[in-house]
Amino acid sequence: MDFSFTEEQTLLRNMVQSFVQDNYDFDSRMKIVRSEEGMSREIWGQFAELGLLAAPFSEELGGLDGGPIDIMVIMEELGRGLVVEPYLPTVVLCGGILSRHASPAQQEANLPGILGGESIWALAYSEPQSRFNPADVLTSAKADGEGYVLNGTKAVVAAAPWADKLIVSARMSGEQRDHNGIGLFIVDKSAAGVSTQDYPTVDGNRASEVTFENVAVSGDALIGSPDTGLSILEEALDHGIGAICAESLGHMKSLNDATVEYCKTRKQFGVPIGSFQVLQHRMVDMFMEYEQSVSMTYMVNMKLSEGEDERKKASSGAKVQIGKSGRFVGQEAVQLHGGMGMTEELSVGHYFKRLTVIDTQFGNVDHHLKRFASA
Amino acid sequence: MDVDFTNEDQAFRAEARKFIEENYPKHLIGADRGDLSKEDFLAWHKILAEKGWVAPSWPEEFGGTGWSVTQKYIWNEESAAFGTIPPLPFGVAMLGPVIYTFGNQAQKDWVLPGIKSGETWWCQGYSEPGAGSDLAGLKTRAVRDGDDYIVNGHKIWTTLAQHADWMFCLVRTGTEGKPQAGISFLLIDMNTPGITVRPIITIDGGHEVNEVFLEDVRVPAEHLVGEEDKGWTIAKFLLGNERSGIAGVARSKKAIDRLREIARGELEDGAPLLESASFARKISELEIDLTALEYTELRTLASESKGQGPGPESSILKIKGTEIQQRITELTMEAVGNYASPWVPQLDRGDNYLSIGPDHAEGVSQTYFNTRKTSIYGGSNEIQRNIIAKMVLGL
Repeated sequence: MDFSFTEEQTLLRNMVQSFVQDNYDFDSRMKIVRSEEGMSREIWGQFAELGLLAAPFSEELGGLDGGPIDIMVIMEELGRGLVVEPYLPTVVLCGGILSRHASPAQQEANLPGILGGESIWALAYSEPQSRFNPADVLTSAKADGEGYVLNGTKAVVAAAPWADKLIVSARMSGEQRDHNGIGLFIVDKSAAGVSTQDYPTVDGNRASEVTFENVAVSGDALIGSPDTGLSILEEALDHGIGAICAESLGHMKSLNDATVEYCKTRKQFGVPIGSFQVLQHRMVDMFMEYEQSVSMTYMVNMKLSEGEDERKKASSGAKVQIGKSGRFVGQEAVQLHGGMGMTEELSVGHYFKRLTVIDTQFGNVDHHLKRFASA
Repeated sequence: MDVDFTNEDQAFRAEARKFIEENYPKHLIGADRGDLSKEDFLAWHKILAEKGWVAPSWPEEFGGTGWSVTQKYIWNEESAAFGTIPPLPFGVAMLGPVIYTFGNQAQKDWVLPGIKSGETWWCQGYSEPGAGSDLAGLKTRAVRDGDDYIVNGHKIWTTLAQHADWMFCLVRTGTEGKPQAGISFLLIDMNTPGITVRPIITIDGGHEVNEVFLEDVRVPAEHLVGEEDKGWTIAKFLLGNERSGIAGVARSKKAIDRLREIARGELEDGAPLLESASFARKISELEIDLTALEYTELRTLASESKGQGPGPESSILKIKGTEIQQRITELTMEAVGNYASPWVPQLDRGDNYLSIGPDHAEGVSQTYFNTRKTSIYGGSNEIQRNIIAKMVLGL
């Protein structure tokens, strides 16, 4: 048994950590969030130069041969800086799908753009009615000669305003919530018939409602087969869970540090408020929630490559833990900062808001409790 | 023991309901507090003022309604059930009672009519950056200079100060003895030179609270309420009034109805979310908590009717009331699923604003974020627990 990181992973952590400290302090982050585009292409280019975009991919795909643990290390540090650039959708979700399931031709056509930082991807899978069930797919893909024609609407697609490529789930056969008959398609966002309504999200990111109206794609846009679409998608979402669990560790650690520091320095009644036992115990509870979340995050990222049943149980279990702990830590950090915690000026509220979205992202506590029970 | 209202009370309830239904401004039905202009805030206030119902709690000689404790409760319940924008608390609930209890005749004559009519908008200058839970630690100085005080200091969390004409303000006039001694209660015209109001934007994107900077602000000494250095008694009296009605039972009932309506419209695997056992269970738990709070409030009300004033038990109402409000907003956000994420703060909406997702999802996250303040303001819930520990349990 060994919970230590390799030398490479430690170097990777140090590199990302100092990059975030030097280039992504809270003020810089808010400038990016409030800019017209809402992300920094310059930062994204630097991610590519640092090799972050290549980190998890195998050498034969041009990557650095990392895996879920490397993604975990990166995401945790990106979480500390509340980084909004789309590492999760581009590298973890879409890059992950392409690297594991795309044909050599599809990989050759698409992965270099991701690794080189030229291309941003979004995973368009949720729909207005689907809530957290990725099999609830109404968007249709009908065969048309050699290719397919897509129709439908995808909801709250993270990073879609920035993306030039999408991976879209669409129903090729069967009923609305059937597990079979879902295909995953590579779609150019600029293709005729694709339209988006873009908006900011509460955590400082951007998302879109994406509508497909008679969008024609070629036959080689389909990844895998219609029988494997859902399992490819679910696997990707579980990898996404492993990554946002790690991201949330960065948030919780930052909030706990800030709260302890604040309670040591904020004086009322002539003493630091951290001297009050009731607040001390609250901070101890926050610390324990964080430690339990660290454990579950390590656990899930070690089990992502195991068999499907084990992977599902691990990711749902971790997601439940992070959902509950993130909510507790976020709410208490605001409470212990008093009025200051309620202001836009402090980073505390922004960590709290990102943790709030993470609770919902890829399914909330209730959803994953049920999935855990049935896995 | 019985919890039924008398026939008289039932008749009063019908009258109150009818008045609200017939007179409440149509354009404000269901309005969100974040959307309101100054005129909107005052519209219902002015209608109530004309009817003579704007300040039910005041003694009749100053314009109160003479209603019984139960009737006032019923009025609040009916108002909340309809979802009215109640008259702003700063004048009617906070300053009014201070003036008719501690003010001189001249102050009663000019302050009370302006509160009732809505002509004067008051804000509360209490908290300071270094004086929150420890309010007596306030540092804003008022120094006597001839017929004036010269005030220097910095107030924070001043709700809706951007609309205010006047501020009632705690200032330090004396520095001897305990911090509670040497505090005075001063009325300050917000148009006086030297006053700057700076907005504080909160995590929901709203502008509700402000900082108020006072730099060499001249305040005529006639605007001192009560005696110099004796303002702490007034400050505590006011905070005692602030706590009544804080349980918010009727408003929470309405919010749970709305939550249920939303859960009926949201789908989980094709079925209404309301039919999900786990979600329905959470709503039920919330309703049971609220029923307990309602009966706790009714018990308080019953002893008030017998002439026993609200004691430190009102801290229970504040703690439980705000915890329930927070839980409702949390579940409402949970109900709308992915559509809790879109962020369109009031301030950022242009004329061409298009809503994202179902209408009922709009703003639910902002409301959740905003409601986190309720366990912080009005004496944080930690301070309320201290009060119960000390005053009720004798610890």
